[in-house]
Amino acid sequence: MSTDDQTTAYNAPVLEFKSGSFSVPALILSGNDLQLIEQQLQDKIRLAPEFFKNSPVIIDLKELTRQSLNIDIALITEIARKLGLLPIGIRGGTLQQNKEALDLRIPVYSNNSRTTATGTQIATQTTPDVSQKKDAVPTAMVITQPIRSGQRLYAHGDLVILAQVSAGAEILAEGNIHVYGALRGRALAGVQGNTDARIFCTHLQAELISIAGNYKISEDLAKTIYNKPVHIYLKDYTLVIKEL
Amino acid sequence: MARIIVVTSGKGGVGKTTTSAAIAMGLAKKGHKTAVIDFDVGLRNLDLIMGCERRVVYDFINVVNGEATLHQALIKDKNCSQLYILPASQTRDKDALSKEGVEKVLEELSKTFKYIVCDSPAGIEKGAHLAMYFADDAFVVTNPEVSSVRDSDRMLGLMSSKSRRAEQNQEPIKEYLLLSRYSPDRVKLGEMLSVEDVQEILSLPLLGVIPESKSVLNASNAGIPIILDEKSDAGQAYADIVARYLGEDKPHRFIEDKKGFFGKLFGGK
Repeated sequence: MSTDDQTTAYNAPVLEFKSGSFSVPALILSGNDLQLIEQQLQDKIRLAPEFFKNSPVIIDLKELTRQSLNIDIALITEIARKLGLLPIGIRGGTLQQNKEALDLRIPVYSNNSRTTATGTQIATQTTPDVSQKKDAVPTAMVITQPIRSGQRLYAHGDLVILAQVSAGAEILAEGNIHVYGALRGRALAGVQGNTDARIFCTHLQAELISIAGNYKISEDLAKTIYNKPVHIYLKDYTLVIKEL
Repeated sequence: MARIIVVTSGKGGVGKTTTSAAIAMGLAKKGHKTAVIDFDVGLRNLDLIMGCERRVVYDFINVVNGEATLHQALIKDKNCSQLYILPASQTRDKDALSKEGVEKVLEELSKTFKYIVCDSPAGIEKGAHLAMYFADDAFVVTNPEVSSVRDSDRMLGLMSSKSRRAEQNQEPIKEYLLLSRYSPDRVKLGEMLSVEDVQEILSLPLLGVIPESKSVLNASNAGIPIILDEKSDAGQAYADIVARYLGEDKPHRFIEDKKGFFGKLFGGK
């Protein structure tokens, strides 16, 4: 029994890489006088001691590098630690400073703060991403009752309506919208910005149609497609209405 | 258990009270014990149309508040012994109604009555909401005119989401369309929506068409429900409606012009 337990324990994954984004304050230096820095930093911390206590911090050297001012990484991290901060990286430093930091086992972040992380992210995230997407695809919401004036319907995925949508009603979907009946109200597809979302309906009489925020009101709709079965999609940020 | 019918429309002046009085009388005349309740607190009219305004002692609000018993407040109709009227209060407003109070009254009425007709006030506020909240069937009174149709559609939406049946996930309220003040002449001239137009917009089963008629105004002023005027076309229309509601198969009338013979002959609709 005990051996069995051990083998299972051995095979079971005990770790997993996941990407996370954390907000960490950056300490932006614009001068290299260590005494002055210590003084001013102390003053700042005194304003909110609890906030800064054991707070992780990234030391931003961009401004110093721009001004060609040098600073000793070991000394500045020492000052930060002394005042209760926990330096967890530098960014915007020179090659020399980056090397110093790594020697002190302090990570180096690139200026736009994300690129260093992305490499590992892509590598470790491939598998979980796929499974997540599979779970995340929401099933279509199917409605068989008429949507009356004043009613509002929101679907997280696709929305299929097997009845009419009255004037003054509003249907919204993050995915596509299908209306098998007269569409007289407002229909908004891709409301979370999905520009690939489409609207299908058998009788177009809508007050407003919109895909990912690009909309047309009833007045803008051509008379030739009024009450016709149509298919509406987005092409170069313009709504295209095609008769089916 | 009684069947609770709400007569509603959203829009005002389309004939809700006239319809409530007529169908309540119609059901009672067919031998079913019927109560008709005026939900239009503050603008009570049903008692006028029913011709019993001088016999009002207690009202709906008194019963809701426990100031009078249901028995004390119900007025027996002088034309039909099977019909009782529960009038609204003229001195209060719609906020005097509560869901619990209305429920209690309806429950008590359900014990002895076969049908309870609730005459809804116009609008979609508290009075109208409470009138339809407990309903089993809805008679949606609509005039052949766009704003009335739109308001009816709104009311239908509320009934399918804010009624007790909707909230408790029961079978939805059965909805019927009553097209009132219909005038085939004006439809032909394009001044009015046709039955087909209204039905297409609302997609509701049509219970009946009530033609525009002078006799309705006369009956209202006289305090006699129009259904008792058997000679008038509107009275006949309501009699048909009651019969159809009770399951009789009656062909629709008053949709076409009476003088439509030549029209039909020459292919006009």
